[in-house]
Amino acid sequence: MASQKLQSVPGSPSGETALSPEEQERERAGQAYFDRIIAEDSRIEPRDWMPEAYRRTLLRQVSQHAHSEIIGMQPEANWITRAPSLKRKAILMAKVQDEAGHGLYLYSAAETLGQSRDKMMQDLIDGKARYSSIFNYPAVSWADMGAIGWLVDGAAICNQVPLCRASYGPYGRAMVRICKEESFHQRQGFEILLELSNGTPAQKQMAQDAVNRWYAPALMMFGPPDDDSPNSKQSMAWNIKRFSNDELRSRFVGMMVEQVKVLGLTLPDPDIRFNEETKKWEHGPLDWNEFKDVLAGKGPCNAQRMERRRQAHEDGAWVREAAAAYAAKQAQKEHAA
Amino acid sequence: MSNETPTSPVVEPVSPVVEPVETGVSTSSTTDSSTTGTPAETPWSLWEVFVRSSRGLSHVHAGSLHAPDATMALRNARDLYTRRNEGVSIWVVPAEAISSSDPDSKGSFFESPQGKDYRHATYYTKSEGVKHL
Amino acid sequence: MTSEHTTDFAIEGHGDISVGVSGAGASGDGSASATRITPGNALRPEDIALEVRRGTAKPSGDVAEYALRLGDDALILAQRLGHWISRAPELEEDIALGNIALDQLGHARSFLTYAGAHWDKSEDDLAYFRREPEFRSAHLFEQPNGDFAVTIARQFIVSYYQFELYKRLLDSTDATIAAISAKALKEVDYHRDHSAQWVLRLAGGTEESRRRIIRGFKLLWPYVEELFEDDELTARLAEAGAGVQPSTLREDFDRLTGEVLAEAGLDAVNDLGLDRIPQSLGGGRRGKHSEHLGYLLAEMQVLAREHPGASW
Repeated sequence: MASQKLQSVPGSPSGETALSPEEQERERAGQAYFDRIIAEDSRIEPRDWMPEAYRRTLLRQVSQHAHSEIIGMQPEANWITRAPSLKRKAILMAKVQDEAGHGLYLYSAAETLGQSRDKMMQDLIDGKARYSSIFNYPAVSWADMGAIGWLVDGAAICNQVPLCRASYGPYGRAMVRICKEESFHQRQGFEILLELSNGTPAQKQMAQDAVNRWYAPALMMFGPPDDDSPNSKQSMAWNIKRFSNDELRSRFVGMMVEQVKVLGLTLPDPDIRFNEETKKWEHGPLDWNEFKDVLAGKGPCNAQRMERRRQAHEDGAWVREAAAAYAAKQAQKEHAA
Repeated sequence: MSNETPTSPVVEPVSPVVEPVETGVSTSSTTDSSTTGTPAETPWSLWEVFVRSSRGLSHVHAGSLHAPDATMALRNARDLYTRRNEGVSIWVVPAEAISSSDPDSKGSFFESPQGKDYRHATYYTKSEGVKHL
Repeated sequence: MTSEHTTDFAIEGHGDISVGVSGAGASGDGSASATRITPGNALRPEDIALEVRRGTAKPSGDVAEYALRLGDDALILAQRLGHWISRAPELEEDIALGNIALDQLGHARSFLTYAGAHWDKSEDDLAYFRREPEFRSAHLFEQPNGDFAVTIARQFIVSYYQFELYKRLLDSTDATIAAISAKALKEVDYHRDHSAQWVLRLAGGTEESRRRIIRGFKLLWPYVEELFEDDELTARLAEAGAGVQPSTLREDFDRLTGEVLAEAGLDAVNDLGLDRIPQSLGGGRRGKHSEHLGYLLAEMQVLAREHPGASW
């Protein structure tokens, strides 16, 4: 057997009719192998055979996750220059920088599924790709840095920790690294809110106001309710998702209920209760129409976020080209020598 | 560095794919940047990063990144993968330079060592209880 | 200083959700990991603050003034660089510039904490509640980011200057200045490398990048002379062995930057015309600044000043 170049995953092409008998046999064997790996709760690795739908689902999920990290830098980056103490400035810088790193880890994982990062980036700035809609809300006060860390990163971590065990190896490994690094993100957000809550009346008001604004969008980060989430079932069958949207949301609410007491603030949701029968936390109604609107581009900052990313990408084109041209010239020189 | 060079078929982690595969979003080709009016640029190539966490340990695959050349790949790797003291040494390897074993022949390629338990000390039970053996 | 300890992977406060990586997804060999993280062991601004509180670090008036200059240079640069995060030419560069900004911010915090000890002021008192004429940074640091080439040109000049400065301050008779410089020196050494690599690439890349980096150098060169100006304070400190005369750094600065520029195919005279660029009068060390600093400070200080006395 010859060694192979790393190459595209041989999933089933869209028109399956043209498969030769050998190809059909390979498909059958591949599917059987894939099914066994999933049944054993083992991991699929990049060049394993995988069903096209599995690959497509993952690619969509991982690239959207990556885009969310990159777009998610913006609301916080806006406050780096205004951070009210040098310590907070350093923390915020490191956090936003981490988000760029997390985007890169995830793009890395997505690339193993057969799409170049350049294509993904192009899809993002062409408006063809999605990212978490929460980043289309504005960060209007310093307390938002706290609320984003505590609620948004908190929700993200809740989502991400089970993803460390996602059946696709590179995705799980990226999530392990990300979860390790993010453990500081939520804590720093909590600390910001705690300082504000224990501060002047104006500071405390700022904190409560931020929690009020970010609470519902954070709950919606877990995705639509289970009965309105058609893809969840398949993702769970493939061991990509480990818990349903509502399950994770309920756990998250349960954690926040306790933590908000330590903060000395309140959650803007009078309907929160622990259901003794189901042993689950329940929350008040969420405005899913708003969620869909924001996802559809009608959020307060959709256009602004996209424009900023596009601008950075386009302004950087000459730099990327220069470095590539330099590398080519150097390679030529070495070749000639 | 003879025995440490990451070559096939030991390394099994990555699959950079040069060929973009359609995802159903659109049927456009890679030269789709016409909408922005910029000419298609030469993308920075993909590098695989290996980090040695401390002296005495092997380099371990950490992930990948993009860079125009090896010099910058090393620097980008330093910034991306060792921000928290994760490493004391870094390797970067062009992703396309890595060859790997064929995933389709997993069975036959790795079958031989199965069942050869005489390669392991535990196979030799008669010497159990004999000291220093 | 802190003792080194390993941070184990544990997400606390998340109830029963455990990472529980198992089976084929785990990284295998437990000892060889690419994600083992530690906080490291180095001089931090908090360590200096602690020494100040204990009374074991107290600068003389001259040393405090000097530390203020060093701290302000680093602070203003960090403020400028921080703006790049989320706007860099490539994501990898967002991270690279972020690291440099964080290094500079660390140096600023250390120097300002130390300087503040003389007037019973904290780093934040100095950063957020001084007026523009009270800042002691040189004009180069407050120059706008411009395009990536301008930022790289500024980084190139700054890092070669700071490297020579901190190298000499290792021998400062003031132990705290020497200690901060020792930490900063290693980081600035990397900043030199980062900017030099980019100078090579921009100068030797495309016609456009070459044009832009040349423009960047021409734009910033007027502010080079100010970095190397001696004055009464530096004379006294040099005499006492606590500081250095900036003019003594110039020769090494010229030689080392010249080597990189030559490698980049940028002739200081023919390509850059550096010898014909008039040098700005400067005045930053005396609190006389360009038009740029006011905007920078307005943005940096706005929130803190809205809530005087507040804790964050």
